[in-house]
Amino acid sequence: MAAFVEVSGLEKTYDDGFQALKGVDLEIREGEILALLGPNGAGKTTLISALCGITTPTGGTARVGGHDIEAEYRAARSLVGLVPQEIALEPFEKVINTVRFSRGLFGKGRDDALVEKILRQLSLWDKRTNQIKELSGGMKRRVLIAKALVHEPRVLFLDEPTAGVDVELRRDMWEVVEGLRQDGVTIILTTHYIEEAEAIADRVAVIAHGEILLVEDKAALMQRMGRKSLRIDLVEPVEAVPESLSDYELWKSPDGQSLTYTYDTNAERTGIARLVRELTEAGLVIRDIQTSQSSLEEIFVGLVKEDAA
Amino acid sequence: MNFLAIAAIYRFEMQRFFRTLLQSFVSPVISTSLYFVVFGAAIGSRIDQVEGVSYGAFIVPGLIMLSVITQAISNASFGIYFPKFIGTIYELLSAPVNFLEIVIGYVGAAATKALFIGVVILATSALFVDVEIQHPGAMVAFLLLTCISFALFGFIIGIWAQNFEQLQLVPLLIVTPLVFLGGSFYSISMLPPFWQTVTLFNPVVYLISGFRWAFFGQADVSIGLSLLAIAGFTALCLFLIWRIFRTGYRIKS
Repeated sequence: MAAFVEVSGLEKTYDDGFQALKGVDLEIREGEILALLGPNGAGKTTLISALCGITTPTGGTARVGGHDIEAEYRAARSLVGLVPQEIALEPFEKVINTVRFSRGLFGKGRDDALVEKILRQLSLWDKRTNQIKELSGGMKRRVLIAKALVHEPRVLFLDEPTAGVDVELRRDMWEVVEGLRQDGVTIILTTHYIEEAEAIADRVAVIAHGEILLVEDKAALMQRMGRKSLRIDLVEPVEAVPESLSDYELWKSPDGQSLTYTYDTNAERTGIARLVRELTEAGLVIRDIQTSQSSLEEIFVGLVKEDAA
Repeated sequence: MNFLAIAAIYRFEMQRFFRTLLQSFVSPVISTSLYFVVFGAAIGSRIDQVEGVSYGAFIVPGLIMLSVITQAISNASFGIYFPKFIGTIYELLSAPVNFLEIVIGYVGAAATKALFIGVVILATSALFVDVEIQHPGAMVAFLLLTCISFALFGFIIGIWAQNFEQLQLVPLLIVTPLVFLGGSFYSISMLPPFWQTVTLFNPVVYLISGFRWAFFGQADVSIGLSLLAIAGFTALCLFLIWRIFRTGYRIKS
């Protein structure tokens, strides 16, 4: 599949010197759902803001649908819909007017049938003539989604769409997302809820401290989840995994202080005993050993922690 | 040009105006009536004609200018400040629009509202005094230019302001005094020579003088100078707005 959103070396340094993005490279394929995971302050929102034109990147480039987000901002932005994290809506405006406004702003002619379809899909049709200030928080979030969809974007950014949202809205939202996926819309979703990423994403990207740490197919990650991992802490850090142990496909932590061996618990032989013996033969001194069932959440937390160290 | 976007912004802004139509209509009518009672009837009865025009009629152009300038600034500054304040500016920034389209939408709506107020005041004035307009074309042109240029100025204030106090600061501290001292209620020929000279540094003098010329064919300064002043002011505001959007000043990090 072709990359629909191409980000290369994207940087953002704020005026106060804070570097929110440190050369982000990311390719998002057409029609996929990519979950962007990361702790608070990792740069998720900054990345989305830069791609949508809300902040100006200080380095690197990005293209949406082949259009440079700065030089060809009109073509690029026409393709993009954004559901922001914070609820920001004109309180005195009527629901239907603010949705129509969004469509016009993106240069699309009035389309009452589409507006009705989207409002019905999000259970907002009955509230269409209400002022926004009369709506509950969940309803306001629905309005934000309707505004982002009404200009028929090809890429949709959902920035923490389910933060503080009730079960019903979550279900409605995933229905909408599923419908969009069937229409071939590319979706980028940031979230704190890892189970959510597990449930709907095709691929997962992890960002921390302004850097992408990992982009991987969810299926591959899920496979890892069905496995156990054995973490071996070493007394002396290693530069590289010794050649003699290459069969084990050990994963070395960036500081070289520990090695992780993942193994299939269902296999006849796990190879643990042999690994420990061969480690000792290779001259490595083991300080501690721990095993764990790795989940996406653990992989995520582990990556973020190591990056911080 | 993204004309649909301009239309969307303009319509959205005008909807705000229509929501508060009664206030928008009633308050200028009342304030104009008050000015006529106080300046026209109470004080005006003791003043003879000014340059051959009755005092009541003489203050009409100044009254219109006073309200139009204030309204253009407050509507435009609020129009762009509010999205910044509540966060909806994200949508403008992420839309495929350029600065000119945003400005035409917001400033166009603010200027329309100011124009509406100006017409209401003119109509109210006609109830109190005989209003004659010698150069209707010039009158309309001056009125339009004033609406547009001060709406542009208000737009700049709205972007510059970081809180509601700052939003009021410039209109209150600079614009209102300049308008009051710009000959709204008197001819600058009534001032001592020294103050006449000082007054010439007040840009609003050129506007009111030109506007009054359109009504009565008399002006404190030449009509050419008046046109030059308002054209220069418009150009300056446009340049500043262009700079603002190039640098992202206070709207984009």
